[in-house]
Parts: sequence; structure tokens; C-alpha cells
Amino acid sequence: MADRPRIEFEGAPASETVRLERLKAWFVEEVLPLESVLVQFLSRGGRGKAEVEDLRQELYTKVCAAAREGFPHPARPFVFTVARNLLIDRLRHEQIVPFDTVENLEDLNIAIDEPAPDRVVIARQELRRLQLALDKLPERLRNALVMRKVEGLSIREIAQRTGLAEKTVEKHLTEAMRALAHILYRENLGRPA
Amino acid sequence: MSGVPEVYMSADEIDARASEFILRQHDVGDWNESDQQSLDTWLDESLSHRTSYWRLEAAWLRADRLDALKHLPADTGEVVSNRRRRFGFVVAAAVLVAALAGTAAFNYPWRGTDVAYATNVGGHRTILLADGSRVELNTDTDLRIETDATHRTVRLVKGEAFFQIRHDAARPFVVLANGHRVTDLGTEFLVRENGDGVKVAVVEGRARLEYTDESKEHQAIVLSPGEEAVSTRNALSVTKKTVTESESELGWRHGMLMFHHTALPDVAAEYNRYNRTKIVIADPQVAALTISATLPTTDVGAFARMAQNFLGLHVEKEGDEVLISR
Repeated sequence: MADRPRIEFEGAPASETVRLERLKAWFVEEVLPLESVLVQFLSRGGRGKAEVEDLRQELYTKVCAAAREGFPHPARPFVFTVARNLLIDRLRHEQIVPFDTVENLEDLNIAIDEPAPDRVVIARQELRRLQLALDKLPERLRNALVMRKVEGLSIREIAQRTGLAEKTVEKHLTEAMRALAHILYRENLGRPA
Repeated sequence: MSGVPEVYMSADEIDARASEFILRQHDVGDWNESDQQSLDTWLDESLSHRTSYWRLEAAWLRADRLDALKHLPADTGEVVSNRRRRFGFVVAAAVLVAALAGTAAFNYPWRGTDVAYATNVGGHRTILLADGSRVELNTDTDLRIETDATHRTVRLVKGEAFFQIRHDAARPFVVLANGHRVTDLGTEFLVRENGDGVKVAVVEGRARLEYTDESKEHQAIVLSPGEEAVSTRNALSVTKKTVTESESELGWRHGMLMFHHTALPDVAAEYNRYNRTKIVIADPQVAALTISATLPTTDVGAFARMAQNFLGLHVEKEGDEVLISR
């Protein structure tokens, strides 16, 4: 053992990967659950749907860029501060300042220290929430999703059974994925507010 | 602020691209190294691509939990009745599927007790069970989950899986693999089938390991956190692992292989579990080298570059093999 040549290697790309994994875990577990409240806030002042999506995306990017040096726990006050600054910037840029928009942010902060629900309760609620989300999907997307996620059929099998082209099945599934994310993160599906 | 993309692309456009990557990666089934490279390139372009990808992937994996509808046991009362009411369309879909398949005896398995899950070489899949337990399948793995009101049984046919189990003494969680039975005693543990036996490593809580063949002269052993048992039909060894060693063994859960002073043939063997492109180390001098590194499971290129640039070795690609020599 001792006479073996030993070479230490900790490559920079590898540690970058591990760091990104941690950022991802933080983002998914702590930031995404805030989406419904954040979107509610970003929608104020009569913004269009596409504009709200872009704002949300910009917010996530800013939050993750700022969190690169360390992850604020709890994430909530931090994320709301970034959201507030983003919106103030935007309002300045638009040169319109509807006062209530910024002031109302304070209302949203009330829930900042909400305790995390019990894990067991989460597990039961999760399935219920997924069922409700499924109910809200347009039928063709829901059928594709049920065959894939409930029945566990492959894309080829779904194509064979429905008579649709595989590309069409893939399109339905990617649409279902995006619609599902919007419903899961946005809508009140029995989650404690 | 730095890290914010300069080029404007709408959130919808980014989401559309991210969802295509995710579907190809998780559902289409022919994901390879060049796919991984184009994904990595796209993710590196902008942090907004990464957050979009993370967000959609998390939702998509959450939806895996829907398969609980196939084997949800009767004792979860409320959810079951809700499911029955709300899921008329599932039955309708099943009937439609049965009609299309032309099988009169089609039996929709959502009340069934046997569900199979599998991953390809390089695959990784997380299954969330109705009881709140979580099972993560590593590369090239095949397992079956059988549940009813009093039992939760997993048959690990091949490969490796990590279990985070919601303990329930009245409904024990049991993993069967290669003639061994592993019983959850409130725990997080890893089970790997390795040809002639099993490896069981406990991260949290405790787990009991015994042979399924009761005629065998062998007492059940109870494993504690950090303990790893390797058992075959006639030999058993238990070692205590350090926290670093235990974490390394689970690196695959985050798509990483972690090596600490590992000999190159062992590194190659580990890589070869995850990739169709196989690393071959024929030179005994090279075989004596050890490395400490953290590398992505499905990136053979990362290993090849490291061998070439840091160890100064000769790397040659021949068909599906990467030959490493001095």
C-alpha cells in the first residue's frame, strides 16, 4: 500500500458540480415552495401573464446568483427582499409608482416564519395535491401523463396504444410537465397558506 | 447584478427547451454522453436556464408519486376514497387502453400489489411511495414493490437502491435480494445486489439482515448507522465506515462518483457500472495508481481527461472501449 504512487486530484469542475447540486437542493426545497405567494405579488399592478413569468424567471436567477456564496436559512425573508428590490427597480424603470404595490409587500411578509408542516402530513397532502393538479390539466395532457406516470408506459407504448406519433406524445408530455409545474407551484391545492 | 443573462429569452421559451431536455433524459430512454454534453452546455449558458431546468425537473419527479395510485393500500382511507371519486377518468383511460390493446381481460393494476421499476445503464430514478417512503434506484437496477395492508416488500432483482423508509412496525418494510432479507427498523439504508450476495449499508436508524433460507445456520444481525455488511451464501463481514466513506458510497444519488485513494481498476469498475462505454486498464503499472477525486457518473470523458492531463497517461478510444495505458 505504502509504496503505491499516490496522486491527489480534486478538479475544479467537480467541486463546481457539487456546489451546483447544493444550490439546486436549496432552490427546490426552499425557494420553489414560495412561488405561489411570489407570483401573486409579482402579478400586482396589472401585469400580463408573460411579463409575470419573465419577472419570476428573473427573480429566480437573481436569487440563485446571490445565493452562490451561501444559502440563507430560512430562505423566505431573503427571497422576499430580492423580490422587493426587483419590483422597485422595475417600477422605477417604468416610471410609474403605484404606492400600494410596494406597501402590500409588507402584508406578504407576515407569513415569513410559518413552521414547516409535519413530514407525514406532507406525504399525504402531496398525493392529494398531485391528484388535484392532474384534474386541472387539459384532457390530452392528462391522458398522456396518466399513461406515463401512473401506468408507467414508455413513450413508444403510449404512441402504440393511442395511435399518435411518438413526437406528438413527447410534445404532450413536455406540455404536461410545464403545466403541472405551474399548477403545483402556483395554485392553492389544499396547502396551508 | 452578475450572473443575470444579457440576452433576452422569454421564460416560456426557456421552459420549453428545459422540458425537452428533461423528457429526453428521464423518459425517452436513450440518453447518452453527447446528450449530457449538450444539456451541460445549455445549462452553463445562463443561470436562468438552470433554474428553469431545476424547477421543471422537480415538478416532473414529484409527479412520479402518482404511481402510488397503482399500489396504494386500502388503509389510507381518505386518500383512497378521494382517489376513487376523482379518478373516473383513470378508469376510462384504462378501459380505452384495454379496448385499444384488444385484451378483454385487461386488469388495470392500480389496486394491484406488484409493480416493477427499472433503470438503464447510467439511469437514476426516485420512487415516492404512498406511505411517504422514498426509494432511489441506481444504474442498471431492477426491482419490484409488493404492498398490501400488512406488508411492504421490495424484491431487488439486480442493481442497487437507497431506501428512506417511513417506519411502521405493523407493516414492516422488507427488501429481498440474492437470498437475503433486510428489514427496516426505522431507517435509511442502501442495498446492492452484487452477483453472489448483497451489500447493506445503514445511514440512519437500524436494519436487520438475515438469510431468507431459514435452514441456514446464521443469526440475524442488526446494523447501525455507518455499518456496512457484505454477505454471500457462506460468508459475512461487517465494517464500520467513516462519515466520508459513507457519503462517498451515496455520491451516485447526486450523479457523482467519489474516490478516496482508490486504485484505478476499481475506479474503472465503478465507472463501467454507469456507462456503456467501458474503461479498460490493461497495464499493471497503471493499475497500481490510486486517485482521490469526485467525478460525474456518466461522464467517461471527465475520467479520460483526468487520466490524460493529471496522471499523464495514454488514453485511446476504440469502439465502445476507452483503453488506458502508460
